[in-house]
Amino acid sequence: MYKYDQYDQAIVDARVDEFRDQVRRRMAGEMTEDQFKPLRLMNGLYLQLHAYMLRVAIPYGTLDSRQMHMLAHIARKYDRDYGHFTTRQNIQYNWIKLEDAGDILADLATVEMHAIQTSGNCIRNISSDQYAGAAADEVTDPRPWAELLRQWSTFHPEFSYLPRKFKIAVIASDEDRAAMRLHDIGIQLVEREGKLGAAFYVGGGMGRTPMIAPLIKDFVPIEDFLSYSEACLRVYNRYGRRDNIYKARIKILVHEIGADEYRRQVEEEFAHVKTLGIDPPVAELERITAFFAPPAFEAGITDSVDRSDPDFAVWLDQNVKAHKQAGYAIVNISLKKTGDIPGDASSAQIDVMADIAKDYSFDELRVTHAQNIVLPHVAKRDLYAVWQKLVEADLAAANLDLISDIIACPGLDYCSLANARSIPVAQKIAKRFADPARQRDLGELKLKISGCINACGHHHAGHIGILGVDKKGTENYQLSLGGSGAEDTSIGKITGPGFDEDGIVDAVERVTDKYIQLREGDERFLDTYRRVGFDPFKEAIYG
Amino acid sequence: MGNLRFRDDAALDQPAVALSAFLDQSNATAVRLEPGEDARLLIPHLDRIALIEVAFPKFRDGRGYSAARILREAGYAGELRAQGDVLVDQIREMRRCGFDSFVPDKPLDAAVVKTTLERYDNVYQRAADAAVPVWKLRHG
Ligand code: HEM
Ligand code: SF4
Repeated sequence: MYKYDQYDQAIVDARVDEFRDQVRRRMAGEMTEDQFKPLRLMNGLYLQLHAYMLRVAIPYGTLDSRQMHMLAHIARKYDRDYGHFTTRQNIQYNWIKLEDAGDILADLATVEMHAIQTSGNCIRNISSDQYAGAAADEVTDPRPWAELLRQWSTFHPEFSYLPRKFKIAVIASDEDRAAMRLHDIGIQLVEREGKLGAAFYVGGGMGRTPMIAPLIKDFVPIEDFLSYSEACLRVYNRYGRRDNIYKARIKILVHEIGADEYRRQVEEEFAHVKTLGIDPPVAELERITAFFAPPAFEAGITDSVDRSDPDFAVWLDQNVKAHKQAGYAIVNISLKKTGDIPGDASSAQIDVMADIAKDYSFDELRVTHAQNIVLPHVAKRDLYAVWQKLVEADLAAANLDLISDIIACPGLDYCSLANARSIPVAQKIAKRFADPARQRDLGELKLKISGCINACGHHHAGHIGILGVDKKGTENYQLSLGGSGAEDTSIGKITGPGFDEDGIVDAVERVTDKYIQLREGDERFLDTYRRVGFDPFKEAIYG
Repeated sequence: MGNLRFRDDAALDQPAVALSAFLDQSNATAVRLEPGEDARLLIPHLDRIALIEVAFPKFRDGRGYSAARILREAGYAGELRAQGDVLVDQIREMRRCGFDSFVPDKPLDAAVVKTTLERYDNVYQRAADAAVPVWKLRHG
C-alpha cells in the first residue's frame, strides 16, 4: 500500500489547518454560507436534511487496518456509531457537527487520510477495481496509476472550478468491476507489444442523462499518462457548458461535439501540453509502484478448503473469488444482510473487519462500488476461521451479486435532493427475497436504487434499476431493466408508469418470476433479458 | 485591502479593451478576456500587450484558470489580472495559474491572503508558477 512521505503528509496537514481556518471564519460570520459552501464542499462537507454529512476519501478503495480502525473511531466519537460506505468507494458520516469537522480531519490525517475533493466541481476520489493486485486477469496493478492521478489531481490549480464534478476510474482487466465506462474518464491499462499504456474512455456518466463513455484513445503510452489526462481536462474546462448545471458534465460536451471532434481537440491540446514537462520521471513511477508490490505470499500452501460445514460452503461459493496466487482467495464481506441498510456498518463491525484484515489479509481491505468490503488476500487455509469471525459480527451474508446485494443511495432519509426514500425499498425487497435458496436460484442480479435522478445509487446500471420520482407530492418509483455497469456496459430502459413503495416490490417480483419462466440453461437475468427483449417483461409487469 | 499586485513594475493606467476591439484595431496594450473568449487568439500579439485582464463574473466559472495558463505557457510575461468575483480562497490557485494581480469585487483581508498564500509549502503538479512539484523534490 502507498505510504505518505513528508511531502504528502505536509500537504494533508496544511489542508487540516486551512479547513479549520475556513470553519472559524464561517462560524465568526466572516463568510456567508454561499461563500463557505464551495469551500466546505471541496472538503466533502455537505449539508443534508438533518445535519452535516462528511465524506471521507478512500483513494481507489484501499485501506489498511489502522485506517479502518480510524473510520470506526470517527463513527463512535463524532457520529452515531456507524458509517455508510458509498458507490464511489468512500465513506460518509451522516450526523456531523460543523464545529467537529476540523478535529475529524486532524484525526484522519494521523492515518494518512483526508476528505480532499470528495465533493465540489473538481476531480473527485479516483476509483478502481476492488480486486486490484489480487485478480488473475489484470495486466498490472492499476493502483499505482490511480495514486499518480490522486497526487496530480490534488489541488490541481487549473481544475478546481470545473463546470461540474469529475470522476475518474482506473482498471487493468477486461472484466470491469468498477463501472469504468460510466465515469467522466474511464481508463483501462493495457499492454501492447510488451509496453504498458492506457485506453481512455471519456464522457460517461449517470445522472439525468446517462451515457456510456466512448473510446477516445486506444493506447496512450504510459509516459504520457498525466499529459493526456491534463489535455482531456483542459478541453473540458474551456468548453464544457456552464450555462446549465444539467448540461455541464463532460458527457454532454463529448456528446454535443462528438467523440471525433473531442478527440481532435484533445490531441491538439496534448501536443502542446506534452511540451510542458508535467509527466513525472520514471523514478517516481517506480517509487509509487514499489508500494504496491505483492505481499509476502507463502508458496506451496494448501489450495483445498474443507467444505463440510454447509453454511460455510454456501458463503464460500457466493462470496469468495479466485486469487491470482495459488493457496489464496479474495473474500467479499457483504454489508447487505437482510434488513441492513446497504453500505452501513457499525463502528464495532468496522473494527472487526480491520482486525480480520490485519490477522488474515496482509493488513489490507478494499471498499467496492457495490458498497461491500473486500479482504483481498486471504490464505485458503484461513477461510473457515475468517468466516466464523464474520458470522460472529453479523457480517457473513452469503449474497454477493444476488438480488439482495442491493446498491442504494441515502435517499429521502438523509438527502435534501431526494424525491423518495431508497433505504426502506431496499429493505423490503431484501425481505421479499429473503429465502437464500430462492436468491441463489435467481443467480446474479444487480439491483440498484436511487432516490432521485442524480443516480447516486447507479440505478441506470442495474440489471434491475429503481428510481425514486416525485409524483404530485408522493413518493413514487420507476422501474428500469437491462442496465449493466460491467464490461458489457448498458443503460437500463424504463418499463413504464411508476409504483408506490409496495407496488415496486411486487413489480420486481413479477420481473423475476418472468425470468424464471423464460430463462434457458444457466442464463443470468441480464442474458435472458437481452435475448428475449423488453416486451415480455413489460407485459408481465403491467399485464 | 482592495487590489493586490505581485509585480515590481509600474501598473499600467490604460483601460483594458474588449477582445474584439483589440483584435480589430489597435494600438491598445491592455485587453480584457471574458470567460467564453479564446485566450489563444491573443498569442500572435503577446509582445505588445502589457496587461491582460481576465474576467471572473462568477467565482464558480473556472475557465479563466485555463486562459491564464495558456497565456503563460505561450510566454506572456506582462501583467495578468483576475478581476471580478475573486475570493481569498482562490488566490493561491490563481497565482499558480499565472495571475499576478487581482482586482476583486469585494475587498480581501490582507492577513487572510497572506496566511492563505503561505499555508502550503508543497505542490503535486507543475503549473504556470515556479513551484517545484514534489516528484521533482523526491528525485532531484
Ligand atoms: C446525501 C448526499 C448526496 C448528495 C447531495 C449527492 C448529490 C449528487 C448529485 C447532485 C449528483 C448528480 C451530479 C450530476 O449528474 O452532475 C450525484 C451523482 C452521484 N453521486 Fe451523489 N449525492 C449524495 C450522496 C451520494 C452517495 C451516498 C453516493 C454513493 C452511494 C453518491 C454517489 C454518486 C454517484 C455514483 C453519482 C453518479 C455519478 C454520475 O452521474 O456519473 N452520492 N450526487
Ligand atoms: S440519488 Fe438523489 S436522493 Fe440519492 S443520494 Fe443522490 S442526490 Fe440524494
